[in-house]
Amino acid sequence: MSEGISQSDRPQEIEGDSGDLFSKFDSLIAMRENLLSGGVEDPFNLVMEKVISPTRAICNGRDTILLGTYNYMGMTFDPDVIEAGQQALADFGSGTTGSRVLNGTYQGHKECEEALKEFYGMDHAMVFSTGYQANLGIISTIAGKGDYVVLDIDSHASIWDGCKMGDAEIVPFKHNDIEAMEKRLRRIPEGAGKLVVLEGVYSMLGDIAPLAEMVKVAKSHGAMVLVDEAHSMGFIGEHGRGVAEAQGVMDDVDFVIGTFSKSVGTVGGFCVSNHPKFEIMRLVCRPYVFTASLPPSVVATAATSIRKLMQGSNKRAHLWENSKTLHGGLKALGFELGTDEPQSAIIAVIMPDLERGAAMWEALIKEGLYVNLARPPATPANMTLLRCSLCAEHSEEEVQTILGMFERAGKAVGII
Amino acid sequence: MDRAEVDSRIRTLIEPFNKKGIAVGEDTGFANDLEFDSLTVMDFVAAIEDEFDIIISMNQQAAIETYGQLVDAVTKMVSDA
Repeated sequence: MSEGISQSDRPQEIEGDSGDLFSKFDSLIAMRENLLSGGVEDPFNLVMEKVISPTRAICNGRDTILLGTYNYMGMTFDPDVIEAGQQALADFGSGTTGSRVLNGTYQGHKECEEALKEFYGMDHAMVFSTGYQANLGIISTIAGKGDYVVLDIDSHASIWDGCKMGDAEIVPFKHNDIEAMEKRLRRIPEGAGKLVVLEGVYSMLGDIAPLAEMVKVAKSHGAMVLVDEAHSMGFIGEHGRGVAEAQGVMDDVDFVIGTFSKSVGTVGGFCVSNHPKFEIMRLVCRPYVFTASLPPSVVATAATSIRKLMQGSNKRAHLWENSKTLHGGLKALGFELGTDEPQSAIIAVIMPDLERGAAMWEALIKEGLYVNLARPPATPANMTLLRCSLCAEHSEEEVQTILGMFERAGKAVGII
Repeated sequence: MDRAEVDSRIRTLIEPFNKKGIAVGEDTGFANDLEFDSLTVMDFVAAIEDEFDIIISMNQQAAIETYGQLVDAVTKMVSDA
């Protein structure tokens, strides 16, 4: 635990706290205090002292297998990717110090957008500084006053924040429920603009959307469709374009949002589209305009990684094997999982409550395994989850080692 | 449809969501008194939308804090439709 965090958990009382704007966080502070007072290692304050590979690091002083990084394709230490980044750092400097629309567009940003256009087979690509900003910017900009955004209730925070920042009417529907979505689309007043926002893979449970049906229904109601494929890029679909490709509806998706911070292995976000007027977004989308562009080394690593992902079919097949082995193994051990079958590279293990979830997380970190602890309000239905995300660089043996760690930890904590 | 009928229909719809059996009056608050969380709100709103064949966006929901405000809002939507 860092000093900063421990102090914030032991706040000095302010006299007559009626004016303290921080009193609204008291219940959260108390919950954290309660959790950590039991001596549990803080799940939200892990430090990686040394990163050995996409799947190994020294975490809080221990040699640890990484099973919660979203580094699906293991591109972070790819020699070509590193070399491209080093070259760009030397040739173009450490940062652009500017917005994409002023002095922040370098050759590398254009090359990165070219790589994305090729990867998705789309006419336009726009690179943002993060995936969060891509959703924030595109959704808040294209859906304006009088328009309707129809979205899945389990959408990512960046989608919700994009809705909150814009002026459109926001209409959520029950997770992956085609009929609930259809009913809402049908009731929207005639003539209003409609945007349906879906995700390929939902990151909390690792389940995928029935995009084939949903996109068809959205189109039949005259809606434009935006799909966030953050957790599917690189390994779902024949070309790794995502769930929309795997289900054969890529041509009906108007906007694909993605990120560089998962399979691509760096940081950044993007939107690709075939809309003929798409380029105007560069002038009207505030989270694109009013922030500095990505450093040259980052866009160089991203472009190199994206091009390598186009030839990643062997790695993709191995990643799917890993996902199946881990899912089947955990199920056989008696853990409750987020999906009946493995649908993505995320396997969510459902914990009975936050206390035992935190205890299980700690038992695993002491075994030398890092997973994500996810708790309400980030999770659906107030669940506590241990989320595992697999990497194409995890070996078969490592997956077996991981299963052994889960078995020992699960028995020690009394979950299985 | 008059306000009394909207009231009586919503009163029936709210029953399965009113887990603690709280007496619902005009000033009963959804967050404070009934302790609805976001998922309960979504299911309850969906039930009302289906019953009256209307759409209540989150923007509209933000202005509805009490049972009486909900009945007013739905009565208006039904008469405007």
